[in-house]
Amino acid sequence: MPPGILTLAAEEAPTLSAANTGFMLICSALVMLMTPGLAFFYGGMVRVKSTLNMLMMSFISLGIVTILWVLYGFSIAFGTDIGSVVGWSSDYVGFGGIGRDQLWDGYTIPVFVFAAFQLMFAIITPALISGALADRVKFSAWALFIALWVTVVYFPVAHWVWGSGGWLFEMGVIDFAGGTAVHINAGAAALGVILVIGKRVGFKKDPMRPHSLPLVMLGAGLLWFGWFGFNAGSWLGNDDGVGAVMFLNTQVATAAAMLAWLAYEKIRHGACTTLGAASGAVAGLVAITPAGGSCSPLGAIAIGAVAGLVCAMAVGLKYKFGYDDSLDVVGVHLVGGVIGSLLVGFFATGGVQSDAKGLFYGGGFDQLVKQAIGVFSVLAYSLIVSAVLAFVLHKTIGMRVSEDDEISGIDQGEHAETAYDFSGAGGGAASRKTVPAPTETAAAAQKTKKVDA
Amino acid sequence: MKLITAIVKPHRLDEIKEALQAFGVQGLTVTEASGYGRQRGHTEVYRGAEYTVDLVPKIRIEVLVEDDDAEQLIDVIVKAARTGKIGDGKVWSVPVETAVRVRTGERGPDAL
Repeated sequence: MPPGILTLAAEEAPTLSAANTGFMLICSALVMLMTPGLAFFYGGMVRVKSTLNMLMMSFISLGIVTILWVLYGFSIAFGTDIGSVVGWSSDYVGFGGIGRDQLWDGYTIPVFVFAAFQLMFAIITPALISGALADRVKFSAWALFIALWVTVVYFPVAHWVWGSGGWLFEMGVIDFAGGTAVHINAGAAALGVILVIGKRVGFKKDPMRPHSLPLVMLGAGLLWFGWFGFNAGSWLGNDDGVGAVMFLNTQVATAAAMLAWLAYEKIRHGACTTLGAASGAVAGLVAITPAGGSCSPLGAIAIGAVAGLVCAMAVGLKYKFGYDDSLDVVGVHLVGGVIGSLLVGFFATGGVQSDAKGLFYGGGFDQLVKQAIGVFSVLAYSLIVSAVLAFVLHKTIGMRVSEDDEISGIDQGEHAETAYDFSGAGGGAASRKTVPAPTETAAAAQKTKKVDA
Repeated sequence: MKLITAIVKPHRLDEIKEALQAFGVQGLTVTEASGYGRQRGHTEVYRGAEYTVDLVPKIRIEVLVEDDDAEQLIDVIVKAARTGKIGDGKVWSVPVETAVRVRTGERGPDAL
């Protein structure tokens, strides 16, 4: 997000830019595509029997968060500041008081477009959490969790980081496109929830191999593609080239991270894996998200490479510490987000997105300290509040499916569907059972007719 | 009569089919199977987590033959299935009491 989103008063009244508006509508659509992309990224990594649930946990976010955003989410995140913690503007409730061509001071895109763009961020952030909860969470409890979580965690944190008057924003923490508000936030929440709900049945004992790496690659590709909207769109226009720097840095860091992850794997395990390539790319995308508006392309290579390497090492921690972060949300998003956000303090060149300079560019420790405050305050808040929310849901309606359902497959248990039909044998029996009634009646009717005749 | 069963590598199926046809075998049954022998599968790595996959995909071929042909046919299958690498599979035969052609009711060698 650009600094001063609501505060910088333009000397002249801003005019609506058709180019920027068009650009931002495309970016919003790109970010929307990331959520189904994420669904496939995660969906391929789980076992056959829980594919649909994994897809649905992301997809449901598109429904729930969209409605809440219109009702009150946008108001909390970007309304008039209250105590640097949340926002609120009654005009934004239900979007009722916003004109279709209404602009904010200093910006050339309608408020509606900004709201749509930001909505896509709000949708994907809780969807990111779901990867840690694979195979074992009741769909109804998950839906309720999303609604509560965005209300008490995401909307306020978005205000802290990006909203005018938000305390991290005012302090000068740089989070260009969401390393703190999106990735650290989601990663910390994932950790908080899994500490409450526990491991999958058979964790560390049963093999839990990804069932479709092609789906993972498809999802990673869609994420990478959509991320250009996520990152380059975060300047809210393209008048001055900052969005272009961000676009390039996104590509560069992602490439570096993928190569770093693969190099680590080749040395450590002897093979460059497909899952490693996809994971490395995502780690790079995560890490460059907060940093890409303030670093140079060479800095982006360094940030990507560090993220690829450290995240590749971090995904093993769950086995060491025994927490079941099923699809490595902590290892990739939390760790990647922390790396990217902190490295801003080293690699910010000044003069691109903001004038703040990092340690390597003569800025001293000032920006690094600010970044660390941003990182650890969001991390702690999200971790604690998410754990409390999960605990309350777990003790009331229950967060987990029955062990039987988990073992036989959450798709069948929670959604009454399965992702693939591998065999015709036995598959038709149930459906046939429901059909005979009319057929029998028809046959009986026919019989009666004959007798009558 | 004998039932010859061969558990072999899937990619050898075409060679074996051709060899059996050349030998004059009229019919066979093929099933997808999985299992392991002494090599016990392989290891796969996903994000550093190693998984041992000990059940390896195989093809199971079954052929009914007359007693006199059995030994020779086993040799034919073994020759066609062999790659020389580990996991080539196994072939064995068991005696069969009776066989019936369902369509005609013919029994014994006539049913083959």
